[in-house]
Amino acid sequence: MRHATASFELGERLRRAVHLAVCGAVLVFLVAPMLVVIPLSFNAEPYFTFTEGMLRLDSDAYSMRWYRNVVEDSEWRLALVNSIVIGLAATAIATTLGVLAALGLANPAMPGRGFVTSLLISPMVTPIIISAAGMFFFYSKLGIAQTHLGVILAHAVFGTPFVVISVTATLVGFDHNLVRAGASLGGGPFLVFRRIQLPLIAPGVMSGALFAFAASFDEVVAVLFLGGLQQRTIPRQMWTGIREEISPEILAVATFLVMLALLLLGTVEWLRGRASAKPGEAD
Amino acid sequence: MARTLSRARLRAAALTLPLLAFVGVTFIAPLGSMLVRSFHEPHVADALPQTLASLRAWDGASVPSEDTFRILATELRRLDQQRKLGGVATRINRLAGGMRSTIMDTARALRTAEPVSWRETLTATDPAWGDEAAWLAVRRAGERYTMRHYLNALDLDRDSSGNIVAQSPDRRIYLPLLLRTLGVSLAITFICLILGYPVAYLIANASPARANLLLLLVLVPFWTSLLVRTTSWIVLLQNQGVVNDLLVAAGIIGDDGRLALVYNMVGTLVAMTQVLLPFMILPLYAVMRSISPMYLRAASSLGATFWQGFVRVYWPQSLPGVAAGSLLVFILSIGYYITPALVGGRTGQLISNMIAYHMQESLNWGLAAALGVILLLAVMLLYLVYNRLVGIERMRLS
Repeated sequence: MRHATASFELGERLRRAVHLAVCGAVLVFLVAPMLVVIPLSFNAEPYFTFTEGMLRLDSDAYSMRWYRNVVEDSEWRLALVNSIVIGLAATAIATTLGVLAALGLANPAMPGRGFVTSLLISPMVTPIIISAAGMFFFYSKLGIAQTHLGVILAHAVFGTPFVVISVTATLVGFDHNLVRAGASLGGGPFLVFRRIQLPLIAPGVMSGALFAFAASFDEVVAVLFLGGLQQRTIPRQMWTGIREEISPEILAVATFLVMLALLLLGTVEWLRGRASAKPGEAD
Repeated sequence: MARTLSRARLRAAALTLPLLAFVGVTFIAPLGSMLVRSFHEPHVADALPQTLASLRAWDGASVPSEDTFRILATELRRLDQQRKLGGVATRINRLAGGMRSTIMDTARALRTAEPVSWRETLTATDPAWGDEAAWLAVRRAGERYTMRHYLNALDLDRDSSGNIVAQSPDRRIYLPLLLRTLGVSLAITFICLILGYPVAYLIANASPARANLLLLLVLVPFWTSLLVRTTSWIVLLQNQGVVNDLLVAAGIIGDDGRLALVYNMVGTLVAMTQVLLPFMILPLYAVMRSISPMYLRAASSLGATFWQGFVRVYWPQSLPGVAAGSLLVFILSIGYYITPALVGGRTGQLISNMIAYHMQESLNWGLAAALGVILLLAVMLLYLVYNRLVGIERMRLS
């Protein structure tokens, strides 16, 4: 009996060890690709691989030249400006429309909620190539292909599901009696929104907006189909770089984007922490 | 009471209206425009109206009359002068190979010829005009509304008497590609489940502080640019890349036996699995978090081994997460474009890449649209299933 328990415990410990090892391997698989890019972006040689000097930690094997190239390159600078302009404009549209819609969807009186929600979320699950091809046909007819406006509208509609989802999530469990109470105390709809609902949904609005911005900042297919030379964004430049001439400049930009991702993720997690401590929630 | 209720309904609906209108114009209308493209083909019909009118009366069994030859020659001349012939010739060529040069050569000959018999002049320029097949191709290319892009997309064709027949096996392109896309998506979904399940389980059963840290590790790649991750995989998997270097250094493979891990199906599978794995882990975790560890403990105290308890007690309870994650990963992978385009090489391409090819290179937009509509229908169907099974409202971002 004693022997059986010991072997049971051994088996249990072995199982745990294997489980941890598997999880460790999967997490390395998830994260390692990001970590490899960072040291390679400081490669002094124009290669995509670790040189012997790099492995010896020879300081001559490392350099900032690719970062300098990127910063001095007018195409990359235009791409950065375009990415920011398009990203901000698309986020502004997506956030405004998305917040309004989420407020409507959260209202218990909303008719046809299921259908409307799945319609509003559909841009997120539709394959990007299909959306982009359709937009190319339709926006060409409207005469807004090859313009900033076309790309902004495309990115805005791709961003709206993120805003709708994250704002709706903060409204789950919201006590609509608060709105009625506010109204019965003489508050107009706008005042009630600003004083009662907005403080509650603010973290959701912020993270939805960050998601929308990140989605636009990383979007390349709509830019390929709808953008001309003047609408080149950072992902568009990277796309050409990866397909045509692979240069470590791309790794320098990639490192910048990893940092940006960490910053955005940190902000969203911080907002989430704040949202989970939200007041006025009906249990 | 009824009035206030309907006012509340109106107010709620009014709030969603601006976004509905926006999505309608910027997203749904483009999809509609793609749908129209897939069967509306006015180009040839507009370019050769009289030829087509004359061919409509033709029996299709013998060479058309002298009159039809004359009308075609006149219209070809006009198009040639207007420099509009190229597009027409390309479209007819898609139905019968060789027609592009036939038409272009004929138009060039017609610039100087002032013939007595149009039929003789045309067949002298290119004997193809003496064959009904050429005329049938012109007539079919002139159909304003056509199913041929769909037939084409499903590797079907019409024979000379108009019956729908399957393409010969060596000319089938799209069905095999469609099947490959489904196969690859299933494989990726399965791999993601195998890899994601233990991780989700670990996170769901860890202390809150540790769970948060692990979740961050899952979310970092989720937030990182897709292009960055794809670039990283090229860096890692290429011939002189990190993985091959490590394998050589470890003596597992020789320096001349480096593995082809990227620009092929392996690259597509590895990179897409990494990209889509968070979409599996997060829904799994959301469900597992709500499964109390008490159940497993109860099973074990009743004498079950871990695996018995897992199979009989835990796995059934985690099934909603398995369904949600698997459906999401499957939906995302069947329409995947960017990663296969960059790391798939020639053999790792999926149906989306074929749509892009017809959009950007062959410029056969009708076919691209038909393939797009077919893919869209598949995704919509899966989306409906997801909505039924999981509920779209339960979709979470973090």
